[in-house]
Amino acid sequence: MTYPDFNQTIPIDEIGVNERVARLNSRSIKKGSKVQALKLALSMIDHTTLEGSDSPGKVRQLCKKAKQPYPAMPDLPTVAAVCVYPRLVGIAKQELKGTDINVASVATSFPSGQVPLSNRLDDTRFAVEEGADEIDMVISRGAFLNGEFSLVFDEIAAVKEACGEAHLKVILETGELQTLENVRKASDIAMHAGADFIKTSTGKVSPAATQPVTLVMLEAIRDYYYKTDKMIGMKPAGGIRTAKQAIQYLVLVKETLGAAWLNKHYFRFGASSLTNDILMQIVKQETGQYQSLNYFSND
Amino acid sequence: MSNTETKDVPYKPTSPNSKLDFASVWEYAPAPQDSDFAEVKEKYDLFIDGKFVKPSKGRYFKSTNPANEEVITEFAEATQKDVDKAVKAARKAFEGEWSRISAKERGKYIYRIARMIQERAREFAILESMDGGKPIRESRDVDIPLVAAYFFYYAGWADKLEYAFPGKQPEPLGVCGQIIPWNFPLLMLAWKIAPALATGNTVVLKPAETTSLTALKFAELVKDCGLPDGVVNIVTGAGQTGAEIVNHKDVDKIAFTGSTKVGKLIQSSLAGTDKKYTLELGGKGAMLIFEDAPIDQAVEGIINAIYFNQGHVCCAGSRLLVQEGIADKVIQKLKDRLATLIVGDPLDKNTDVGAINSKEQFETVNKYLELGVEEGADIYQCDCKVPDNGYFIRPTLFTNVSQSNRIVQEEIFGPVLTVQTFRTAEEGIEKTNNTPYGLANGVWTDKGSKIFKVGSKMRSGVIWANTYNKFDPTSPFGGYKESGVGREGGMHGLAAYIKN
Repeated sequence: MTYPDFNQTIPIDEIGVNERVARLNSRSIKKGSKVQALKLALSMIDHTTLEGSDSPGKVRQLCKKAKQPYPAMPDLPTVAAVCVYPRLVGIAKQELKGTDINVASVATSFPSGQVPLSNRLDDTRFAVEEGADEIDMVISRGAFLNGEFSLVFDEIAAVKEACGEAHLKVILETGELQTLENVRKASDIAMHAGADFIKTSTGKVSPAATQPVTLVMLEAIRDYYYKTDKMIGMKPAGGIRTAKQAIQYLVLVKETLGAAWLNKHYFRFGASSLTNDILMQIVKQETGQYQSLNYFSND
Repeated sequence: MSNTETKDVPYKPTSPNSKLDFASVWEYAPAPQDSDFAEVKEKYDLFIDGKFVKPSKGRYFKSTNPANEEVITEFAEATQKDVDKAVKAARKAFEGEWSRISAKERGKYIYRIARMIQERAREFAILESMDGGKPIRESRDVDIPLVAAYFFYYAGWADKLEYAFPGKQPEPLGVCGQIIPWNFPLLMLAWKIAPALATGNTVVLKPAETTSLTALKFAELVKDCGLPDGVVNIVTGAGQTGAEIVNHKDVDKIAFTGSTKVGKLIQSSLAGTDKKYTLELGGKGAMLIFEDAPIDQAVEGIINAIYFNQGHVCCAGSRLLVQEGIADKVIQKLKDRLATLIVGDPLDKNTDVGAINSKEQFETVNKYLELGVEEGADIYQCDCKVPDNGYFIRPTLFTNVSQSNRIVQEEIFGPVLTVQTFRTAEEGIEKTNNTPYGLANGVWTDKGSKIFKVGSKMRSGVIWANTYNKFDPTSPFGGYKESGVGREGGMHGLAAYIKN
């Protein structure tokens, strides 16, 4: 494969991006297509807990929720993955044994990545050894903003190698990248360096995922697909709390990349409170009535 | 992902030209706009001197919904006698009450019209889509909000005219005959009536025969808002009715928007009279996409330029000129984007492209599609679903065309785009200007200086940079060459309604 010159910038018109997002948001999703979208979104969630206070008990609860989101409706899809810190991967793996729910782990000294590369690689290897199916790494934003694109590229490639069989999601932390052009450039670097997924944010920096940023990343994925025939996945993370937002994201995916990306193998939501809002909407669609949030378990 | 799981994933289509699939997996359910509350009468009379009156010959003509070919209502056919009555009513109002009230009071009436349009916005949007075939998304989000904006804008000028024309005592012309087209029925009405009233004129307006419904709804609104009788008169009918207005001896000004062919007829019948006139006619807008343009946003701009309102836009960007190096990429992206356009029921909230306005126009566009193929161009249409009834045409693009092709030279007024390439800026500009028209063009580049360098050499009344089909009441609009005479909108639009 030929690698692009990452010193060249691909122009992105922010006004145009915002207009496109606004137009996509005007799609009216009703009835059957809404229920289908809600279930699809549920199946794409990386159910996440990334707190300093996370405990084995909390992770076990999280896994139970992942397996059975709403016991009153046993036919609902499970979420795609549970996302935890490396130290808790083993617990999650054990809890999710026998299911097709993956264990994802943030590694590479999440969320800042501010330790030597060797430590970040160790972090990655540890998570993989513990049984992580997917690794969510962070890029060196400082190096990126400093124009050291080769360094960023090489680090991603090194982490990819450390991942072995595990799938690699590369977090660009778009809230720190300042411009949509930088988002585009970081996406291109990550995909060429071996990312299986590109992901917007850690959730620890504001703004986290936004629709304009996601659209730019989806368009980068599309261009990469046109060029290489290879499908890269997309994961917006952070700030997506409502079912309505989730459906808007699905519309973005559907009309930018099409049907092949509308599954958990190519699209994920990184979120913690989204699950319950989606469940609430599904129950509303099935019964005609809204339930209070008290009826949905908070884990 | 675990290894067992990835096996059942359809990983990728292998052909390098593989198109993206936008149709399967998840489809949008119909999302029809509730239209029951929009009242349509069985038949509409003429609106003259503040009252709805029957046409003198008692003749009515049918109006159909182009999306299902069903008759919606009937409009009265105004003959010479009716037009004369309308002009007399306008003259009486002009010499009477309308001239006596203060400019500030005049402004208040226009403000009231603007607010009432906002209050009835949804009803107007629904009727506009039913009668004309444009998607509700556009009539709701573009047409009707702009109608209100134009009235608001000109309402503000009513008592400030001496600031628009310093050192002058602006005087109204008198009775204005206004003839408007079918592509933006209510918006064109606003472009005509708002500046005319702000400057103190009275009007006789004829909407297009296929889309008169919202003009008559507007007449009801005029009645409700208490505007003095005869200030606004609305007569319906076809070309003959228009001719009666143009040739009426007591009309002081003609404002026409429509085809270049009819524009030329009007101009020749006005020769030798002292009637003032403005003509806003056809166009064949070009879009110049440079290699340094933001391509995905440019593609979106192209979609808005040519498929907005089914391409029934006089300033539509119907000619795409792409710089060689990126031509393949742009065409590939355009084709994928076409696949996501939803063509169908104008009253569905998800519809992107509605129905062609009339059977006549449907046939015209189809003739051009055949002509393009005969001329040797490669035709590409999206394979989207199209309803069985109604006048629908798939969004189309022609590649492999040359400047001499008729589909490149002539205004099609439909969802049809031609794609050419250029190597240097000079070549692009030359192709842009090599047309009898000069209404609007667009330029896409990331480089600000290039926008000004290229833009200043384009011969058209409007130039959009990195966008297309944007309208604002403060901005003048109008063309060069066969695209017309005079300007509408902004302060320039006021000048067309006052004495020199």
